[in-house]
Amino acid sequence: MRETSEMELSGGTRRGLLKCMLWGAAGGVLWTVGGGVPRAVQLGGEALAATPSSGDFTFAQISDTHIGFHGAANPDPNGTLQQALTRIARLPVRPAMMVHTGDVTHLSKPEEFDTAQQLLKGAGLDIHFIPGEHDTLIDEGKPFFERFGAKNGTGGWYSFDQGGVHFVALVNVLNLRPGGLGYLGPEQLAWMKSDLKGRSASTPIVVLAHMPLWPVSPEWGWGTDDAAEALSYLKTFGSVTVLNGHVHQVIQKVEGGVTLQTAMSTAFPQAAPGTPGASPGPLKVPAERLKTLLGVRQIDYVVDKATPQINDTRLEA
Amino acid sequence: MRKLTFLIGGVAVILVTASALLLWQPTNAAPPAAAMDHAMMAHEAPVPAATTTVAAANVVVIDDFRFGPAVLTVPVGTKVTWTNDDSDPHTVTSEAAPKLLKSPPLDTGDSFAFTFDKPGTYRYFCSIHPHMQGVVVVQ
Repeated sequence: MRETSEMELSGGTRRGLLKCMLWGAAGGVLWTVGGGVPRAVQLGGEALAATPSSGDFTFAQISDTHIGFHGAANPDPNGTLQQALTRIARLPVRPAMMVHTGDVTHLSKPEEFDTAQQLLKGAGLDIHFIPGEHDTLIDEGKPFFERFGAKNGTGGWYSFDQGGVHFVALVNVLNLRPGGLGYLGPEQLAWMKSDLKGRSASTPIVVLAHMPLWPVSPEWGWGTDDAAEALSYLKTFGSVTVLNGHVHQVIQKVEGGVTLQTAMSTAFPQAAPGTPGASPGPLKVPAERLKTLLGVRQIDYVVDKATPQINDTRLEA
Repeated sequence: MRKLTFLIGGVAVILVTASALLLWQPTNAAPPAAAMDHAMMAHEAPVPAATTTVAAANVVVIDDFRFGPAVLTVPVGTKVTWTNDDSDPHTVTSEAAPKLLKSPPLDTGDSFAFTFDKPGTYRYFCSIHPHMQGVVVVQ
């Protein structure tokens, strides 16, 4: 097996720990060294024997399931969602919970919410939802919040703590302004500021938002108008991970202690920003390629490491 | 000596490999510019644009995340129809209150119509994709 190694010094504020990762290209195995004990995480196929350390915290992310989509880009979004959930069920480490970063449904129809809820129940995991713009087409998202927003506050945004991580779940798909992008609004920003105030800078933070919190492609509407203000509240924290959806592909930006990352969809791919002649809508690819562009994400907080490992897994290699 | 050369060579290989990984590895400290995960990106040729529809004087066609024509000029009393030929849902929503134009979400193939009884400039946008904007000028 061909192996290469990468040694990376974690930021000085993060206890100066040396993080070593061995990437086994042939087997698709990611080894993480946590608490001095290496362990293997299989990225595809059969699970390896895993020895998670106590104190490790793993959760899963799925996004843009678009239940109800009926276009040529995917004739069976229910089937690909089920396949995605199977992928998550086969992870060597069972996630403590799952986050869904929006566009659960395609057209906010009651029957789409029904189907999505039934399918997602199959994961057997606690799921934290935020809406995408496809979930809020009717009555400012009332049907979505009634079904998936039990934990949400009045504006739809909320926060919670799990596994030593503080999660901030935002809504940036409502009250969109003409000519603009995603939008958080002053009320939500004030809430976020006060939610983070007084927290220890060493607390790992995960921010969930459907539309990217950085200008991935403003001409395609892929960004959030007032994201810079939200990110300014996070500057004092040593480990901040922003998980977005919306763009149906993995795009990443790292800025200081903040890692921003969009996720694959389980329903259909979209073109890369700037692709000549393309639009930001569903991208039809040859049938045999579809599942190589759909996927799920696993996020691992390894004991004694502030920064998580983020592993994206395609439905098919 | 021979052994030393070998070791230096080995270190060089590791360094080169590590450099390549630094460029690729998603968890690395990357430059501020957006770093694309090329392994995940779709590289195929773009889907051919749908056949261009020649709009009638009172029709706006929604396609490729655009209102076409973006500016439509009609006489007072004209019933304007928007048809969504796109693969994504869109709305026709007035930019200013009161929202004269407030369509339901238009799925692929759906239409929405509104009759303009007064002259004026009516700006609208898609409330789902707010970068999509259009104007109806009623004379």
